[in-house]
This record gives sequence, structure tokens and C-alpha cells, in this order.
Amino acid sequence: MTAEPVVELDGITKRFPGVVANHDVDLTVLRGEVHAIVGENGAGKSTLMKTLYGMHRPDEGTIRVDGSPVDFHSPNDAIAAGIGMVHQHFMLADNLTVLENIVLGAEPRAGGRLDYATARERIRELSQRYGLGLHPNRLVAELSVADRQRVEIAKVLFRGARVIILDEPTAVLVPQEVDALFTNLAGLRGEGLAVVFISHKLDEVLKVADTITVIRRGTTVATVEPSATTPRQLAELMVGSELPTPETRESTVTDVVQLRVDGLTVTSDEGFELLSDVSFSVRRGEIVGFAGVEGNGQSELVEAIMGLRKPSAGRVVLGGEDMTEWTAQRRRRAGIGFVPEDRHRQALLLEAPLWENRMLGHQDQAPLGGRFWINPAAARTDTQRVMDEYDVRAPGPETLAGALSGGNQQKLVIGREMSAELAMLVAAHPTRGVDVGAQAGIWDRIRDARAAGLATVLISADLEELLGLSDTLYVILRGRLVAKLDPAEVTPETLGSYMTGAALEESA
Amino acid sequence: MTRVVAWARGFAPTVVALGVALLVTALFILIIGENPLAALRALFDFGESPTAQANSLGVWINRAAPLFLSGLAVSVGFRMGLFNIGVEGQYRIATVIAAGVGAAIVAPAPLHVLVIILVAMLAGAAYAAIPAVLKVTRGVSEVISTIMLNSIAIGIAAYLIRRPFADPDLGEGENTTTRDLPESGRIPGINDLFGLLGLEEPRRPVYGFVFIAILVGIVMAVVLSRTRFGFELRTSGLNPSAATANGVSASSMTIKAMVLSGALAGLVGLPELLGESFRFSGESFVAGYGFTGIAVALLGRNRPLGIAGAALLFSFLDRAGPRLQSEGIPPAAVVIMQGIIVLCVVIVDEIGRRRLLRAEERRARVEDPQTVTEEVAS
Repeated sequence: MTAEPVVELDGITKRFPGVVANHDVDLTVLRGEVHAIVGENGAGKSTLMKTLYGMHRPDEGTIRVDGSPVDFHSPNDAIAAGIGMVHQHFMLADNLTVLENIVLGAEPRAGGRLDYATARERIRELSQRYGLGLHPNRLVAELSVADRQRVEIAKVLFRGARVIILDEPTAVLVPQEVDALFTNLAGLRGEGLAVVFISHKLDEVLKVADTITVIRRGTTVATVEPSATTPRQLAELMVGSELPTPETRESTVTDVVQLRVDGLTVTSDEGFELLSDVSFSVRRGEIVGFAGVEGNGQSELVEAIMGLRKPSAGRVVLGGEDMTEWTAQRRRRAGIGFVPEDRHRQALLLEAPLWENRMLGHQDQAPLGGRFWINPAAARTDTQRVMDEYDVRAPGPETLAGALSGGNQQKLVIGREMSAELAMLVAAHPTRGVDVGAQAGIWDRIRDARAAGLATVLISADLEELLGLSDTLYVILRGRLVAKLDPAEVTPETLGSYMTGAALEESA
Repeated sequence: MTRVVAWARGFAPTVVALGVALLVTALFILIIGENPLAALRALFDFGESPTAQANSLGVWINRAAPLFLSGLAVSVGFRMGLFNIGVEGQYRIATVIAAGVGAAIVAPAPLHVLVIILVAMLAGAAYAAIPAVLKVTRGVSEVISTIMLNSIAIGIAAYLIRRPFADPDLGEGENTTTRDLPESGRIPGINDLFGLLGLEEPRRPVYGFVFIAILVGIVMAVVLSRTRFGFELRTSGLNPSAATANGVSASSMTIKAMVLSGALAGLVGLPELLGESFRFSGESFVAGYGFTGIAVALLGRNRPLGIAGAALLFSFLDRAGPRLQSEGIPPAAVVIMQGIIVLCVVIVDEIGRRRLLRAEERRARVEDPQTVTEEVAS
């Protein structure tokens, strides 16, 4: 390929206090190519793109655009240099028209007023050249998701972008829309623009990309051409060739089934199946892990078990009692512990003191709560105990939860959930954001509880965690359980190919 | 000790806000060409004679009691992020029904009063249950529905005093009204107390209901801070999805909060009804407490003690209206001042809240130098 590089990243390192999000990242994007960046969730793709888009500055390394080094202080600098970004979550004003959304913040003016004629003309031209099919006067509220995405792309093009970053653009689209998007991308490429395409869906990447760069654990590990690689090889690059070996230990799995999920199906409001016919059971003393690339139905599974989402079919049975129709309240009272994936949203009261957070979920049971009264004094005392036992570093029970670091918040949540007499535990990413030392501590707690007979559903993106804790491992892909594996025998190749769907395509 | 410091810290922003409000109002009075110092004097002028002073004090108390109850009612909704704009309509309905039922029944004194209070609370609760049910079952915004129910309440009250509750002894051309409450259904004034304290007795009755209001305030303080209901209410307000995930049902909390708010709203019209007017008529009924209650709840930061302070402050300013007028300052100055106070409190509160969080973060960092506070999505 003779095309010249338009963006070059050289030795980019970005540290956040306590973690290195990116290190030694090298990336060269050529003019007129679709460059895919693949990697698991948490591999550092987003951090890298934020660096490129000027949302934060790298600690080391250089960014060159058209061969000359640049120093972005804000996205405005990046836009001025011709780099635009389409976020996964659209940033459009529903009650404005397509035209108004596109020009917002970059309005062509005529005598102090918005020059509609010029704007309309330019948008029409853009739409025609790149085949976007935009109707400038329609309200964004009336548009489909795919149309909105095209508006976002047009918005970026309108500002003169020559490099367009698309952050997981297909996550929100149905298959036909994905094909249409790929046609648009081909159009952009044909006009000499560069597209940086972030994804973790290997089949799509292989279909659309000219070049693929794989990121693992914060650094670029390989740059390959799709024609010279197979899904299997790509999967292995993504997951890594070495999997942690689970420590050998005695099985504590009993014969008593504590949770049985039977034919569970969850349908979205739009009618898509987010979970399809999922069946499994968890016995007392067993940890059942679910591996999968994020967004394949894990959240829906957790919410269906916790009663936060109504399944369209199937049953959930806890210790012999059908709890499909139970409210979330009743399930919690029946002793299901819950570590949600998003602690800020579902687990914590950030503006309340730690002791109120300790009480949350236990306000209706002794010793902290009851039918009518709560016992703040007991909650304060017990918060201190949780802080000591789980190494939650904070001044005291009166500290606001929002003042704690993510790791300390997580330790508080784990400590709170493990403090009650549990019938079972649903843990999603239990050590996310926690430092290595505390992580081992949390794992020990979960293992101890397992040894004491606790049945646990474990969702995680951390393979070390999944393999190290699970007795049984399922792989979830597009809402289905596609494999049941023995964590002791699984290889990175099989796990990676199941997680990305490569194994299915080969057998099909 | 730390609690006292924390309390003082929590109170400081309000004092700052009051100071700023006073300055802005002074500026306004300067602009209209009057003397701010004269206005300030008028504000604190309780009158020349001991009787006038006692009267002034009585007016202050009489106005503070309903404002306090209204503020409490609004605050229950605010605590979980519900905007009960309908306190106005709820207390109108509750007052007219309490007046009608109270006049129709016969009972010994304390029981009669108790029944009237219960009827008022029930009526207010029932009227507030309408928007609650609409919200839970149909997703109707309680802001919209309560505002509309306020208008409907006026119509219902007008109908009730004309038909079922109308005083049959009214002559032609007289204003429609309910019948007077019998002696057993009234709460005597506390004018004697003034005498005991060595003051002159005010000429108009000072409502004995003020003690019931204080009692209700204490009960609410306990309910909010010590009961599961209060905790779940706060939880639902702070983070609805965390509340749901932790076994607090959002819809049942919405119903409970609105019903309690409505029950408290039902009390707002009672100090006047049981203490002075003894009947409901279009003339004697004092409207507007429900709306002012929103400002009072905001100013009192949804805490009973704060609301008491806010109610006293608002009624103190209201009381000064006529005196300001005699100084040549339009009584609207009072309303402006009240508005500015609320605005200032809201702004200063937000600044204070952020500073508090920063301070907490700093303290947390001392414990754990590695701590990185996560960005909270705003």
C-alpha cells in the first residue's frame, strides 16, 4: 500500500493513579483505510481513543497528524486537526432537526444568523458524496438508531474531519443496519478518509477492515491484515496465549441444586431477544462462571435473576421455590446477595454516609433494620467492622460513599453483601477497579463462602477471576449459552473462539 | 462534639444565603428610591404598645403553623424526588371536608377534634393518592397531575359548600359556607399563655393547633431518621436504581410518599378552621400555603427543624408587609425578599454540597493515599 500515514501514535503511555491504562501503544492509520482496533473490554481501547481525540493527554509518546507532531488539549484541538469521533452513545438533541443537530456548534452564519441555505446545501452535498441519505429537515426524534448514527457521522464530516473514530458503532445496530453502515464506511474510504473502527466483534472486523490492530492489557500486541489471519488467530491474540492455571483445590460442590434457570428468555422493548432459552443450575458450594464479551446478555441474565427485568419466557427457581414472579424485594429478602456490575448505579448511595450504604438492602432485617425501625447505631458499628475486615480505607462510617475510590467502594459493597446470611450470591465483576492485593482478598472471601456451601453466579470479564473461581464455566454469546466448559481443562484457544463466535462459525 | 460542628457547618450556608438575600433586597429598595435601613427597622418593628406587640407575635405564630405543616408535606415528596405541587389542592379539599364532617357529627370535645383531624388527613391523603396512582400505573408526571388537581379542588370545594355541606340557615344573598363547628370541635386559643409569660394578650386568637404542628414535626423527624420508611424514602431519592436493586419498590414508595405528603397537607388548613373561622367559606379560607410550602421546604432543606425555621422566617417577613407599606415600601418587597432567599439558598446549598464532597475526598485520601475518586457521571 502506498498511501501515506495520516495519524501516527508512537509509544503512547497513559497512566491513571494506580493503573497504567495504556503503555507503549504504536498505531499507524493510513489515508483511505478502515483501521480496526480490537480488544476485550477493559483492554484499553477507549483510553487510547480518548487520547487521540484530545479528551486527555498522554503521559509519554507522541501523536503525529500528517507527519507533524501535535499536542491536543481538548477535543476542539483534535477536531481542528481533522479528527472526529462518533461516540457509542449518540449525542444528539431529539427535538432539533437533522440540519440543526449537524451544524450545532459549527454554524455557518450570515449576518449573525444561522445561514440555513448554506448549511442545507453543504449537508446535501455531504449526504450525496458519502451516500448517507440524510433529510435535513426531519426531526432527530423520528429517526431510527441507524439514521441517528449517520447524523453523527455527518456531524463529524461537517466539521471537516479526515479521520473518523467510530466507537463500537455496531453495538446498537441490527444486522441489516450493520451492512448499510459498512457500505457507508466503504464510501468514506473511497473518498480518501481514514476510519478508525473500534470493536470486539471479530466477524465484523474481518469483513470491513483493511488493517487490524489488536490491543491486549493496555498495549498493542499485533497489527495484521484480515486476509492473512483467521478468526481463531485473532481470538488468541485478543485473549492472550497464556491463561492462568486455576489453582488445584478440593471441590466443594454438593448435590443440592440451589438455583435453577430454565429456558429463560428476555426480550427487549423493540422485540429483540437479549437472552434466548438460557438454562443452567447452580448447586450449593458451586461457583458457576459466565465468560463472554461484554454486551452478550450478561447484564440481562443478572437482572432477570435479581427480578429487575421481566423475562418473556422461562423459570427461575431458588431452592425448590419458583421465584419467577417474585419482586426484586422478595428475592433480596429470600437471601440473594447482589454485587452489580455498575456499583454507582445499582449498589451505592454516593451522597450518603458509609453506614447508610451498609444498611442498604438490609434495612428490613435485624440486626440493622426491621419492619418499622432502623438501627443507625448498629449500622455504624457494623460498618466499622466491614471496613476493618475488608480493608475499606476511609476516615469512618460517616464518610460519604462518593468520596471513596472505586476499589474501596467495591470492597464496601462486597463486605456488605457477604455480611448477611445468604441463600446465594450473584456477583458481576466483583473485583472491577480493585487493586491486586484487595482482589486476592475478595477472591478468598468468595472461596470461603463457597466452601461454606454458598451457590454463586459469577459474571466477569477477567479470565483469571473466572478460571480461578469457577467450578463450571459457561460461555455466553449473543444471549445464548454456547458452551459449557471445565475451567481446569479449557485452553485460551477454545475459550477465545467460543467467546467471539469463531468456533460456531467453523462448525456451521 | 463533631456532630455540633457538622450541624454548624450545615447551617452556615443558610446564614450566608440570608445575608446575600438581605443585601440584594436592600439594593432593590435603594433602586426604588426608599431607605433600606428604614425598611430594616420596619421589618423588626413589632409595634408601639404592648398589645400591638402581642398582636404581632400572634400573627407571626398563626401564620408559621400552616406554613410549617405545608413545608413538611412538600418535603416528604422532595425527599424521594417527587414534586407534590398539589399540597394547595389537597389542603383545600381536606379543610372543606373536615369542616363539613366536623359540623355534622356530635362528639365530646377531645374526640371531636381528633375525628376532624383524622378526616382532614384522610381526605388529603386520598386526594394525593390520585396523582400517585396515575404515576405508578400510567407514568403520568406528578407535577402535571397535581397542578391540574389543584384547579379541580377549587371546583369541588365550591360544590361541597353549596350542596352537601351548605349551612341550611343561610338567608338569601348570604355567602355560601359550611355550618359552624360546635364548641366541642374547636381548639381553644393560647392567648392565656401570653399572659403567663408576662405579655399582653393578643386580641385575635392565637391558634392552639401550633402545639399539634410541633408534635407532628417531632414525629416526622423521628420517622425520617429512624424508621425503615424514612430510610427507604431517602434511598429512593438519592439513587432510585440502587434502591430498586436493593429491594425497595419504587412504585410502593411513590404511593406511600404521596399519601403521607397528602395526609400532612390535610393539616394545613386546620389551625385556622379549628382556631378561628370554625367554618369553610370562600372568604375565610386562606389560599396559597401550599405553594409557599414548596419554598419553605426548599429553604428548610427538607428537614423538619429546618422547615420550622423557614416557616418562622417566612411568616416573620409576611407579618412585616403592612408595616413596610406604612414606610412607603411596597409590600411586594417581602415577596421579592422571600424569592431571593430561596434562590440564594438553592445556589449556596449546591456550592456547599460540592465543597463538602471535596472535603470528604481529601479526608478519604489521607487514609488511603492511593485513592482516586471515580468521576461520578453527572
